[in-house]
This record gives sequence, structure tokens and C-alpha cells, in this order.
Amino acid sequence: MSVGFHELEEAPPPMTARLEGELMEISMGPQHPSTHGVFRMNVALEGEIVRKLKPVFGYLHRNHEKIGESTSYLGSMPYTDRLDYFCSMTNNWAYALSVEKLAGIEVPERAEYLRVILAELTRLQNHASLLGFLLSDMGAWGTPLMYAFREREIILDLFESLSGSRMMCDYMRFGGCRCDLPPGWMERARKVVDAFPRFLDEFEKLIVSNEILIARTQSVGTLSAELAINAGITGPMLRACGVNYDLRKVDGYGFYPRFKFRVPLGEHGDCYDRLMMRVLEMRESIEILQQAMEQLPEGPIMNPKVKIRAFKPPIGEAYGRIEGPKGELGFYLISDGGPNPYRYRVRPPSFINLTILEDLCLGHTVADVMVILGSVDIVMGEVDR
Amino acid sequence: MIGSGVLNGMAVTLRNFLGSYFERDRLTTVQYPEERETLAENYRNFPFLVYDTEDAAAGLRCVACKICEKECPPQCILIVKSEDKKPDYLGKPQFYPRVFDIDISVCMSCQICVEVCPFEAIKMDKIFELSRRERFDALLMGKDELAKSNLYYHNIHPLEAAAVDAKLAEAAEAKKKKT
Amino acid sequence: MESLQEIKTRVEAAMPGAKVEIVVNPGPAQQSSLLLGNQHATAIARFLRDDSALRLDHCSNATGVDWLDRKVSKKVKVKKVVEGEEKEVEETQEEFFPGYLEAVYHLYSMTLKQGPIVIRTRTSDRAAGACLPSLTPVYRSAEFQEREIFDLYGIRFDGHPDLRRILMWDEFEDHPMRKDYCEPDDYEYEPTAHDDVLEKAKQHSIARPELDGAEKLTTQS
Repeated sequence: MSVGFHELEEAPPPMTARLEGELMEISMGPQHPSTHGVFRMNVALEGEIVRKLKPVFGYLHRNHEKIGESTSYLGSMPYTDRLDYFCSMTNNWAYALSVEKLAGIEVPERAEYLRVILAELTRLQNHASLLGFLLSDMGAWGTPLMYAFREREIILDLFESLSGSRMMCDYMRFGGCRCDLPPGWMERARKVVDAFPRFLDEFEKLIVSNEILIARTQSVGTLSAELAINAGITGPMLRACGVNYDLRKVDGYGFYPRFKFRVPLGEHGDCYDRLMMRVLEMRESIEILQQAMEQLPEGPIMNPKVKIRAFKPPIGEAYGRIEGPKGELGFYLISDGGPNPYRYRVRPPSFINLTILEDLCLGHTVADVMVILGSVDIVMGEVDR
Repeated sequence: MIGSGVLNGMAVTLRNFLGSYFERDRLTTVQYPEERETLAENYRNFPFLVYDTEDAAAGLRCVACKICEKECPPQCILIVKSEDKKPDYLGKPQFYPRVFDIDISVCMSCQICVEVCPFEAIKMDKIFELSRRERFDALLMGKDELAKSNLYYHNIHPLEAAAVDAKLAEAAEAKKKKT
Repeated sequence: MESLQEIKTRVEAAMPGAKVEIVVNPGPAQQSSLLLGNQHATAIARFLRDDSALRLDHCSNATGVDWLDRKVSKKVKVKKVVEGEEKEVEETQEEFFPGYLEAVYHLYSMTLKQGPIVIRTRTSDRAAGACLPSLTPVYRSAEFQEREIFDLYGIRFDGHPDLRRILMWDEFEDHPMRKDYCEPDDYEYEPTAHDDVLEKAKQHSIARPELDGAEKLTTQS
């Protein structure tokens, strides 16, 4: 029996009344094409505005630190490749630097120059892929991503002919590098670096003056400098807020003081600044690469006094850090005189940069959450280890 | 004019698309498996055991010293030493591995076993088309599958194999001079 | 930058009653650390952050360490009576250090570009309810890292705004990074070449049922 409209006890509310309700909690779940890996955000939404955001991760936790305690120092080196799997060369360098600090090992000149060259190539391909992914998250359907990956593949081909593997390079050793450059590598690398500005110009034309991108990233996710410093944010995200702190200039590790390069700084600290930070850093990396390739000396690439097997550093502890493409990557090692470290700790930049994700996203819409997350630049291999 | 940024971007895309018909470096894909790119000389993927003469059993360089088993980070190598000694390719009686298993579902191709081997017995191969239908046991490679000749090594890594041969010849010369 | 001894005297002058000790780091890296007493650790951290000569505003790394009970033996010359004569004899003395859990923080200064200063806080023992003061009110970067220390080591941080597990799932028990953690037997069956993992896993696998029981069927049932 159907009830006629006029037979209801109460009149239905008029269409103009506001619908007041509780916050809707959704999980921007671990399986999501735009969350840069298995990353979950529990968001409480009022309509489309974010009122609360709690990140949940640990889906890729592989207890890397515990494995480090039961593996020798050399054996942990291939595992460090798999931390931030986009930038394996810089992960290797950070670990090698920390062990060299722990044991007081010196590195020959040619090895340091090679490390700088490979680290800057890593930075180039990481920033290019990040911009590609960010634009793909914003709805550009993969075109900038494929262009960025085209350049990335050329750089990965260089890594493959040098170390044997595109991504998991396992190239640095304590006291130098594993093997020397194969014949013809330097010419190919020079060609790649000389052709890169042309790609950057084309890429900039594709994205930088695009009105949709400007509308979606300017004034979105603004981060103040005080909060950034207090929350331990490092890397391009910190420099986008205007804080001049680049470990290549501050710590001066690895012969960086010999190269002339500028550190780009942002003004507003929003997503657009973070994006442009990466574009400008790519140009500075090309400067460093050109200088390093010219100054590369001949000589040994490995300190001959370091043992490969049965490497036992003296008792003590050390914390070594480098400016990785995503931020400050540090390794804290405690040695008890044995072949395995007593405590092996990775200071992951992506993990700590996520601390203020909630602060950045409050008050913005759901669509902006993806843009903000993309500009933070996380890789789950590093967040979860 | 509003929209000029978007139109500029579309012009870049169009230039790349049309250019891929005419310029070689704008067309970056390879139609695998009909076309294959040559692998770099240093490319590494899964280890193999080297033997010197035609005979896989007699010429095997490995003397079952178990250093690679100990240093392997994911512990994917299993070696069982033989009871007896047999003469190696130089004529000296050495132990040999009765069982040499590498579980390639665990191996991460880090090539630490190659670096620590004192006898140049284990080197990195370049094989990657290794699909099997079962998950376990089919990916456990034993001594027969792993042993490949020195000629094969020269084929896949010419520069490296030449350097290794020179080093072994030098060591043999030095030993002959001593005796 | 000031040496650790100078920092120690200034902290003790500014905060009477605060316990600060210097822990020497042997080895070439020479990053010695300050061991802070648990009561005043947060206040000392705030002093280190706001002091105009130090300005240690960047907490770069916060990590936990698990020290088991250990015996450290050292050779010591001791005067002993041997055969009626007093002689100096070398003896190995063993000192017993009971185990404890520790939280280590590396502090740098972004404004003054100096550092690192390493500070440590220790629990009294490795019991289940180990507590340490949280430095999250002073350094926001310690928020996630202290959650991770709680998750993996079991140290509770007093004053942390949101202390819950971060890397392991919420219903997980036990703390994986402790040195006495026993891993579960029933990993996914991974037949590596090494048999003790295989043996442990086999104890947990269910026996395979017969294929379809057709051989059991009789004409009666």
C-alpha cells in the first residue's frame, strides 16, 4: 500500500535547508593510483573539505633495520638500493659515507668525483620522474610522465653500462667505488648532459605556464618556514619555504665546495614553489655535472687499505648524512667491533616530510590532497623501510 | 590570452608525436620480442659457474671454499663439499662442490659472490627470460644448470673475461717461476 | 661551536638539578653525546633549541637502541699479595652493565649551520613498561619517529600527542626491533636452501586432504 505524499505526518524539509551531518570518513586507501605506493590516508571530510587527515603506512615495511643487524656491512649495501628505489646511487653514497665516518676511511679523488657525477645524474632523473608523476596525478594522463621517463631511461642506460643494473646499482663501496668507467661512458654521459637543457626547455613549456597547473598548485598546501624547520623537513620542500639549507653547501661533503652552483629558494612555500624548485634544481645539477665531468682526474677508485671481507670497524658510533634528491638521508650506525653493525638506522627523508601532511591539507578539497601529496615527494620504500 | 599555456603544451605534444615518425630519438620504444636491444656489456642478472675445458665436471673452477655462501646477503646459495679431491684444470687436486644450488627466486643479483670469490669461479650471467610454470623448485638452479663454459663467458662479457684470463695466466706464470 | 663540556656547564647552570653526563664515543667519528636525565630532558631540549649561541632547531634523527645486559672486560693493574710479596699484577676485571633501552636524538642548527649535538635518554631497565619523556613538544619532527620507536622497541613516550603503532598493524603484539624478539614460525613457505626455516614452517602447514575421497565411497553409503 503506497502512502500518498499528503498523508505523511511531518512535511519533508524544504530544498533550501542545509544538510547538516557528521564528517564522512573515507580511506584514500592503500590501492590508489596516485598515492606513490601503498600509502593510506584516513580523511574526514565535510563535503569536499578535509577536516582531519591521518596517514597510515607500514604496508611496505620489510624490517630493513633488523636485517642490517644480522648482515655484514658489505652485505647491507645491496639492501640500501632498495630503500628509495628511484635513487639507489645516493642511498649507496649515504651508507658508504656513514661507514667511512665510523671507521675513519679516506676516499681517493677520482672516486669522489664519480660519486658526485652519479649523485647528480640521480637527482636529474628523480626530479624529472617526480614532475611526471605529479602531473599525471593532476590529470595530465601520462604525457609529461612519459616524456620524463624517456629522459630517465637514457640516464638509467648509463647506470646499467656502468654498474650492471638500471636501478639497484650497488655501486659504492667503503673507500671508493666498485668498478671503473667502461670505455666510451664519459662521452655518452657528456652527450646526455649536453642534451638535457633542450629537454628541460621543452618540459618547461609543457608545464610551467599551463593555466590548469597554476590554478591547481598556487596557494595550495602553503607551508611556513618556522613549521618546516621545527618539523624536520629537509630537501626541496624546505627550500621552497625560503630556508637556505642545502647539505651540499652546509656540510660540504664529497668535494661539492669545488663546484660553483646556486641553491634555488622559494618564496611562498606552496605546491607551485615546490614544483618549480625541482625544475630549477635540475638546471643547477646540470651545472655541477658539466664542471665535474671536466675536472675528473685519473687515479685509483678504491682505497687499497680497506678489506672487502671481514670488515670490522672499531667500536663507536657515527651519523652520516647527504643531500638526497628527496631530502636529508642519514645513516646512524653503532659498531661493537664485530662484522655486523649493532644498530643500523636509516633516517628517511620521505617519512619525516610526511609529518606535516595533515597541516598542509586542512581546509583544502580532496582533489588538492593528491596535489599536495605529490609535491611532498614520497617513495614508500623509504617511508616504511 | 587565456588558455595559451595549455595550447603551448599541446603544441609540444603534437611536435613530439609527429616527430616520432621522422626523428629517431623521439621514437623511444622497441617492439620486444621481435626487436631486441643489445644489452650493455656490464649488465648482470643471476650468477653462473665457469668451467675451463669442454668438460663441465673436470674443468669447474669452483673449489667449494664456501666464501660466496657465507657472504651472500639473502643466503640463497647452498654448497655441499665433496669428500674426495679431483684434479682441477691446472692439475692440482682440489675439493669440488657436490651440490651447488642457487635459489634464483631469492637471489637479488647483487654480485657480492663474484666480488669475494678468490678463484674466479662464479661470474654474473645475463639471462632474464626465465619464466617457469611452478613457483618453487623450478627456480632452484643446481650445478648442471649453473655451469657454463669459459667460451660462453667470453661471449657475454668480452672485456671482463679477457681481464680474468690475463690475471689467471699471470698467477700461473708466477707460480711456475717459484717452483 | 662550543664543546660538549661547555654546553654541559651552561645547561647545569641554567637548570639546577638537571642531570647531564657526557658519553664518550670511541672510534674515529668522535660524535660524543650528552646523556640527559629523564626528568628534565624536555626542558633541556627546549633550552638547546632556544639558546642564542646554539639554536639547535633541527632534530634530524630520533632513534631507539636496545642494549642487552653485557659484560665488558678490561685489563687492570692491581696490587696483590703474591707469595708473601706485594706486586702489581695484571688482572682482567669484568664489569657488568645491565641492559636498558635508549633514545638517541641528533640535533643540528639550521639558522647557525652548526652541529651535530647528540643527546640520549635512557630507561632504567628493559622491562615492559619502559617510559621516556617525549621531545615532540619541542621538536615536531620527533612525532613520527617516537611513534616508530614505540612501535619497534616498546618505549612509551610521556607527553606525545598521539602514541600508537606506525609501521606494524595496530593489533600486533611484541616489539620487533628488540634483540630478544622471537620471530613467528609460520612465515609463508619459502623453500630456501637452508633447512631450519623450512622445518619450522612445515610444523605449521596443514596436511593435504585426499584428492576427492572417491576411493572411500562404497555402494552402501
